[in-house]
Amino acid sequence: MRSSVRFIRRGRIVELSAAEARMTLLDWLRLRDAAVGTKEGCAEGDCGACTVILARMKQGRVVHEPVNACILLAGQADGAEVLTVEDLSPTGAVHHPVQDAMLRLHGSQCGFCTPGIVMSLAAMHQDAPRPVSRQAVCDQLAGNLCRCTGYRPIVEAALEACAAPQPEVPAARGVALTALRDEAAIFAGNDAAFFAAPRREAELFDLLARYPDALVVAGATDAGLWLTKALIAAPRVIWLARVEGLDRIERTRTALSIGATATVADAARELGSLAPDLAEVIRRFGSTQVRASATVGGNIANASPIGDLAPCLIALGATLELAAGNATRTLPLEDFFVAYKKQDRRPGEIVRRISVPLPDVAMQFRAFKITKRMDEDISAVLGAFAFQVDGRRIASARVAFGGMAGIPARARTTEQRLLGLDLDAPPTWPPLLDCLAAEFKPLSDHRASAEYRSLVARNLLHKALLEIAGAPLSSTRIVTHVEAAHAGE
Amino acid sequence: MPANDTELAGNVDDAGRMLDVVAKSHPQDSARLHVTGAATYIDDIREPAGTLHLACGHAPVARGELRGVDLAAVRAAPCVVAVLTAADVPGQNMIAQAFADEPLLAEGRVLFHGQPVFAVVAETREAARRAARLATFDVVQETPILTIDDALAAGTRVLPDYDFVHGDATSALSTAPRTLSSQLMIGGQEHFYLEGMIGMAIPGEGGTMTVYSSTQDPTEVQHITARILGVPEASVMVETRRLGGGFGGKESQACQWAALAALAARATGRPCKMRLDRDDDFAATGKRHDFRADWQVGFDDAGRLLAYDVALNARCGCSVDLSVGVVDRAMFHAGNCYYLPDATIRSRRLKTDTVSNTAFRGFGGPQGILAIERVLDAVAHATGRDPLDVRKDNLFSPGRDVTPYGMKVDDTSVLRDIVDELEATSNYRARRADITAFNAENGILRRGIALAPLQFGISFTLAHMNQAGALVNVYQDGSVLLNHGGTEMGQGLFVKVAQVVAEEFGIPLEAVRPTATSTAMVPNASPTAASAGSDLNGMAARVAAAKIKARMVPVASAHWDVAPESIAFARGRVSSGNKSMTFGELASLARKSQVSLSATGHYKTPGITWDRDKRTGKPFYYFAFGAACAEVKIDTLTGEMKVERVDILHDVGSSLNPAIDIGQIEGGFVQGMGWLTTEELVFDAKGRLATHAPSTYKIPVASDVPADFRVALTNRPNSADTIYRSKGVGEPPLVLATSVFSAITDALHSLRPGAQVPLHAPATPERILMAAESLRS
Repeated sequence: MRSSVRFIRRGRIVELSAAEARMTLLDWLRLRDAAVGTKEGCAEGDCGACTVILARMKQGRVVHEPVNACILLAGQADGAEVLTVEDLSPTGAVHHPVQDAMLRLHGSQCGFCTPGIVMSLAAMHQDAPRPVSRQAVCDQLAGNLCRCTGYRPIVEAALEACAAPQPEVPAARGVALTALRDEAAIFAGNDAAFFAAPRREAELFDLLARYPDALVVAGATDAGLWLTKALIAAPRVIWLARVEGLDRIERTRTALSIGATATVADAARELGSLAPDLAEVIRRFGSTQVRASATVGGNIANASPIGDLAPCLIALGATLELAAGNATRTLPLEDFFVAYKKQDRRPGEIVRRISVPLPDVAMQFRAFKITKRMDEDISAVLGAFAFQVDGRRIASARVAFGGMAGIPARARTTEQRLLGLDLDAPPTWPPLLDCLAAEFKPLSDHRASAEYRSLVARNLLHKALLEIAGAPLSSTRIVTHVEAAHAGE
Repeated sequence: MPANDTELAGNVDDAGRMLDVVAKSHPQDSARLHVTGAATYIDDIREPAGTLHLACGHAPVARGELRGVDLAAVRAAPCVVAVLTAADVPGQNMIAQAFADEPLLAEGRVLFHGQPVFAVVAETREAARRAARLATFDVVQETPILTIDDALAAGTRVLPDYDFVHGDATSALSTAPRTLSSQLMIGGQEHFYLEGMIGMAIPGEGGTMTVYSSTQDPTEVQHITARILGVPEASVMVETRRLGGGFGGKESQACQWAALAALAARATGRPCKMRLDRDDDFAATGKRHDFRADWQVGFDDAGRLLAYDVALNARCGCSVDLSVGVVDRAMFHAGNCYYLPDATIRSRRLKTDTVSNTAFRGFGGPQGILAIERVLDAVAHATGRDPLDVRKDNLFSPGRDVTPYGMKVDDTSVLRDIVDELEATSNYRARRADITAFNAENGILRRGIALAPLQFGISFTLAHMNQAGALVNVYQDGSVLLNHGGTEMGQGLFVKVAQVVAEEFGIPLEAVRPTATSTAMVPNASPTAASAGSDLNGMAARVAAAKIKARMVPVASAHWDVAPESIAFARGRVSSGNKSMTFGELASLARKSQVSLSATGHYKTPGITWDRDKRTGKPFYYFAFGAACAEVKIDTLTGEMKVERVDILHDVGSSLNPAIDIGQIEGGFVQGMGWLTTEELVFDAKGRLATHAPSTYKIPVASDVPADFRVALTNRPNSADTIYRSKGVGEPPLVLATSVFSAITDALHSLRPGAQVPLHAPATPERILMAAESLRS
């Protein structure tokens, strides 16, 4: 058992008290470490001005992940090296290739977003395989808002800096991170106020039983806002990321199984390999920073009606494994969602794994994420469709939506009506499309009106059918860079 | 080389002399500090020991009688030092500039949801924020007036209606061969400066106060703070080194937060800092005015405009703030660059129970222009002509060159040339044909293209504001300190003015150090606004530098015993014939000769004669011109839209700094594109802003900007005698984004040629899809 959080900062091991571990990493950096180069723009993980890099050992190598320090608890940096903009140019002179390119190409105007952008790009410069495309740069920057430049010089600076080969990771970094590694559970603080990070599931269940009111966080990309915006009092925090095995990603001959605390970034490759559209949804899931922290289990367990993974995984027929002590149970993912923000999760129970059956070659999967802004936006509607096609007719269908009800939900009536649908007879489709529109009673809110949601849901089914019937993506989608992936289906 | 070339052929001054420092690309003055994280914003200043922090308690309703607030729990909260209400204001509880209609802290009535009612002062910011939520409000809630329709129905105004009447639009409409009429809804816009509002105040001896404020108008912060504290303005010093973005949002509306910090510093005797949380910043600070334009147009069969009658209904919010100028500017720009033989431009400044709308880059101009661009599209659709042809046929031209407010446009050829050149370089005609063929396939996806011209008036329309001051000090080593009344918010003003001073002294740019804007250094400045920052401050700084130079010349002349006319300043040296010394050596010599090396400069724009009451005179020193060609693709099943390519040709006169100007053009365009596409402000039925943070309010991200984005400068000298014949560039390029809105309109129009396209701004996917549905039905 370890009684403090530890991470590496400027070559030294920093030990945090329980109170410090519960601060946001941004507050710790600015208020305790006098590292004021990192800025607060929104305190909700959306603008990226607070982006810092966490360097960690993963599968034997050092990875550099940009994260939003504003909604990350300082304790979540345990085991990492925390790199901020100051660390790229310790002498004050501009010498990092990203900084140099940003300077030469006029990539800053007011400069407030610049440190965050520099850190996002520095992470890319270090870790991204070459060549780095414009699309990759835009994806990397989806979570960095700039209000001045219009981004053109920033994107060009990124491309120029990343035109050089990937640099070697300083050997000392790997050595230091390896040396920092331990197998201990963390419990910093006391009964009344603590930051705990159990190492084994049994320890986790024990903590949950003793402190049922504790704030349980995985990536904290949602819970972080409860702290910075709702200002909840959270004296007791249990962090899940150190629980051994809970983040394991396994692929068997029949299924992909993802541990609840696997980050979306770590699961992206395996999940994306199931279907090109799932890869595309994940590309547009939050931002690079959010995906580095957010977990697959968290996106399910918080039961948001607009989480992106749930409808996709429901359509793919995923099941959820829940555990409490030695008791485990498995249920179809859709059955986990009971009502708005209410799940079939019993006291003391955790979401342990999500298992997704591997789609067979005859399965056609389509998912469409509809947002006001294409990247880094929360879905107004997400439609996911998994069809088995027999000849030119639909043999089975699973259709799930986010944003159309208080929970992610299947369109069961429509699924029934889809059976036997003739892909070559589009004139026969409208009654079916109308059926879908009638199946949900969505709400109006600041993202979209109910009328729009119903119409779009109908049209997404239409679009999915057109594509499966053979329409080329270049005729159905305005963003065509997924076309290559689909071509390989 | 990047796509957008920032090197121009060497420019010369009016005397034909080659310019060394001006007219070249130099980085923003703090670029090195930005990229290394070393640039200090107010929240980064090392706090003096004992600094306290503020958070406001915000009104929980939009309208009502404020009977009282129970603050007992707030006062009892941990780490709370003081709680301040309107009763604690020693001076006047008033932050309004001229109309005495908005208090620092609410008193008697609630004016909008989120209005500051009290301020908590605590040992930490977190403690202040937590405590601020513990108040209980006693408010008699009333039904709020929220929307433009509400205000029109209720007849509420912040100011009287005001019109320009040019000719007789009514009879011209009645005799015009063809007419159209409709309404266009134009959304507002949140500034979303990355650095939120912040002020820090440090109390000094004898009732003095030093205030650090992220403001575009330190003089106004000084004025308001002195009024709140009830002290002379000379007792308040306001300093602003840089803003993390302003865009107009920190023109009038930065005052409140600095004044609150100063009020708390006065009350506690300790340094105090007020930094707004982003959500509070959204709720409690004003935005771009949203408009409803009710228009009627008369035209002939060729699409030539004969008469225009437009009512610009602007939602001003709960107080006047800057709505005199904002809505006037919408009116001035209601015709854009088009000749309107008979026109009536009406305005209604609507009062609503919402946050007071304020300056935003373009200051009303973009809204006025968007309305007439819609009209041009509608006329083109009605006549079946290409919208570009209709636009070109209606541009100002000699003899058809008087605006509805009576000002003659002298440079009509500049814009005509720009449009012709952009039409060619963007390959508009061939792409138009390609798009027509694409859309003829009747598919789900539709493409659209539009080329939109722009004419933007430069000057404050409130004539006396067209002035600036500067202070230049030369030190004995030849280094130069530069100060002026303009603020640096990222737009590159400091480097441009430093270039002017370096050019004047013939020294390298690095020898000139721009310093924080300060009311103690240069008093009575105008806000940095109206695209006039470098016009005004550049001139003032040149005047100051020229004064010092004129004093240095006799020193050198006496030293070498040569004629003063023979002395030249260039490349860091002062020379006459074969005699030469460094600029620093001459500075040292001047000091020893008891010559002052410090001077102030003052400049006022000549010839601004606008008389608002009489509606006569000249409101603008000159116009900036530009044009943009945008191509989009839309998905008519979802309303999703992608901007595929943008070409811009913009007029900055002779550029002072091409890289900075291109940055302003690109950044302004993308900001305007956001305004017209994804940025949607949604208020709920109670008047609470539902889109209160970047998670719900969507400004453009990198992928929204087309990979194919071509920007060029005309580099043609300003015919007006501005600083090195340059032109203001801050605001006009934002308006070029009307090309995106028109391109979307064009794509939709393919669904039902000849019909009016019922698209309103912002063109969100929802609005695009609903317009498509309407056209298909």
